[in-house]
Amino acid sequence: MTFIEAQHIHKRFAGVYALKDVSLEIEPGEIRCLAGENGSGKSTLIKVIAGVYRADEGRLVIDGTPHEHLTPIDAIRAGVQVIYQDFSLFPNLTVAENLATNTRLEQRKRLVDWAAMRRIAQTALERIKVDIPLEVTVGELSVADKQLVAISRALLHDAKLVIMDEPTTALTQHEVQNLFSVITDLKAEGIATLFVSHKLREVLDISEKLTILRNGQKVAEGGTDTFDEATITYHMTGREVSDERFQYARTDQTPLLRVSDLRRAGLFDSVSFDVHPGEIIGITGLLGSGRTELALSLFGVLPADSGTIEIDGAAVRIDSIQAAIDAGISYVPEDRLTEGLFLEQTISRNIFVSILDRIKTKLRFVDFDAARATVDRWIEELNIATPSPEIPARALSGGNQQRVVLARWLATGAKVLVLNGPTVGVDVGSKEEIHKRLRLLAASGVGVVIMSDDIPELVQNCNRVFVMHKGSFVRELGSELDDAALVAQFADLK
Amino acid sequence: MKQLVKTHEFYVGLILLAFSLVVGIINPSFFSIGNLFGLLKSNVVTGIFALGVLLVLISGGIDISFPAVAVVSMYMTGQLFESIGYAGPVILAFLIAIVIGMLLGTINAAIISTFRLPTLIVTLGTLSAYQGFVLTFVDTRIINRLTEPMVNYSRMEILRTTMDSGQTTGLHVSIFVYLVLALLTAAILRYTTIGRGVYALGGDRQATERAGFSIRKIEFFIYIYVGFLAGIAGILHSAHVRNANPFDLVGSELNVIAATVLGGATIGGGRGTVVGTLLGVMLITVMNNSLILLGIPSYWQRLTTGLILLVAVAVPQINHMRRARR
Repeated sequence: MTFIEAQHIHKRFAGVYALKDVSLEIEPGEIRCLAGENGSGKSTLIKVIAGVYRADEGRLVIDGTPHEHLTPIDAIRAGVQVIYQDFSLFPNLTVAENLATNTRLEQRKRLVDWAAMRRIAQTALERIKVDIPLEVTVGELSVADKQLVAISRALLHDAKLVIMDEPTTALTQHEVQNLFSVITDLKAEGIATLFVSHKLREVLDISEKLTILRNGQKVAEGGTDTFDEATITYHMTGREVSDERFQYARTDQTPLLRVSDLRRAGLFDSVSFDVHPGEIIGITGLLGSGRTELALSLFGVLPADSGTIEIDGAAVRIDSIQAAIDAGISYVPEDRLTEGLFLEQTISRNIFVSILDRIKTKLRFVDFDAARATVDRWIEELNIATPSPEIPARALSGGNQQRVVLARWLATGAKVLVLNGPTVGVDVGSKEEIHKRLRLLAASGVGVVIMSDDIPELVQNCNRVFVMHKGSFVRELGSELDDAALVAQFADLK
Repeated sequence: MKQLVKTHEFYVGLILLAFSLVVGIINPSFFSIGNLFGLLKSNVVTGIFALGVLLVLISGGIDISFPAVAVVSMYMTGQLFESIGYAGPVILAFLIAIVIGMLLGTINAAIISTFRLPTLIVTLGTLSAYQGFVLTFVDTRIINRLTEPMVNYSRMEILRTTMDSGQTTGLHVSIFVYLVLALLTAAILRYTTIGRGVYALGGDRQATERAGFSIRKIEFFIYIYVGFLAGIAGILHSAHVRNANPFDLVGSELNVIAATVLGGATIGGGRGTVVGTLLGVMLITVMNNSLILLGIPSYWQRLTTGLILLVAVAVPQINHMRRARR
């Protein structure tokens, strides 16, 4: 019998469809992959199945029982377990309590039996054969250990379906293989897995059947062997993605940015590179390779301990954000929501905040006419889709928000633009728009540095890519840069 | 042993001991039975409030309305008893005050939970509204003659002894009320699912929801429990000072929150223990009390309380930053 049947699910947020007529059926023991770009509705669908969101329309049948108003606890009782990307653990509680809490709640226990908690926790960890001390608070664990705790917790509840949301994001290749073997073991016990990912390789490696969402709709479904990387990409993006590569004609100008032997204790060491006018260089590496720290260092947030930074051949001292801006370096952070945007402020203010000291009237008040002119120019140039520049940035979609951040820094007339994960969480259309814009910028003589782990993004848009590992550059890829070469580099980084 | 040395409670206990020794050496009357019994008694009201604040802080909120809840419960009970000339058992005073306290706690919880507002702002509003309600609609007069049962309760002491000075002293029964409430709170926090839910809520709100806790239930529990404690504390306070003053207590929030934070509860939520809170309250009480014994003007109390609070919140933060740098 089919374990879960979601039929014709519709879900709207503020009138916008997040899911439109999506159906999904999963058999016991099946390994299914749910693929789709960011914003395609994957997370919404998971949350509907887990009882976190209630569908506006549609029917949900779990194990033969129809559920009108599924709550998270109902879903857990029915055997649906979700391992969220953030693991949903309590950092202030011990491993034992984290593992046992859901079970105790499910059993509707009103009192706490600490010995029973330990037994439950012990069983949970033994099941996936890991050894993590039970009395340690979870906040002190590594990311991989936290994930193991989350997985073993999910398996505690006679789970019949385990949903894993982007489970491999923070894992090494080896840990991913471990995870896959756990999933295969579960299959042998009749437990189905719904694996949510946008990484094509993993999709093809692990799943038996594949469902692809795009813009809230199901666009393809079938056995994984009927798909290849190209068809998956096609369904996920809705078009043949242009693979036109960025071309850079080297000139013998002074480098715009020259970084020599940059070092910050414990974060990165002997980092050297040049960026010439019109170049787009990429810096990549695993999570924790030090690339974000390097970016923050170039922007004066984590000033380097030693080494030099030259702009246009002149040494500059970057010991504060202000110094970086004055030198002509701008930074677009990875997490635009927490680091890049004033969400409650208007789009207009978000843009002109970076140039406040340049648009003063004689009396040193803000010259709003000048501000308005700048704002209008960039909204137009970057194609920011908004009814007015005076609405809060919160109201925009991810792609448009990213463009607002970009506009802020372009308005400063930066010589060097450093972008950390420029298209993380951005929909496909905006992604292309942003890439196009970066190429135009480079053509106008700006030096662009992209920190990213999105391989196609790097290959298409950079003329050189540096691979960073444990705080140092271990490889530079220029003319030999392509997907396979970068994938091989990543495989070597163990 | 190693585990014990690492805990926050251990350091608070150590400071308390060291401070008491210093004061005792300068002024030996600190260690007199009379002073120690007095100290314990002056712990009671602050301590009971602090138990409530502890729950709120662990859950990641902050409550400053509890003194107003106590005032309303105490004063309305006092008014009622006075008007009917009540002469029955004193337990009824506690019961009425508890009901009023829990009712006001329910209002706090309903506003916080329904509108998802910051707890500080909500309780800042209700603090003023509750006290204002009494002053506007009940009375502003201080009741100086408490009813018979309350007066009798205020004299209930055990271990009565006569000191060298000829005065008698004893251990007030309120201290046992405090200890029972402390045990109750500790048991709730450690051995009930809802108590663990309070910790969970302070650790990660979303994870709490996903685990299957009802956040609404936890929040109602917390603020109703605070009301329950505030009602009892109000009556005890009234008995200790032998009047019912509608202008009283409000203004003591800082002292109570300082004591709780000093005891290891973090403003960010997720952390805090009853033992720590008891020690924190004791430390604040001893400091305030001994400044008088040492002949330091009472204005200093406010200054020292403020400084202690700043140090107590700064120390964990400094540790945190040090760890982050490594």
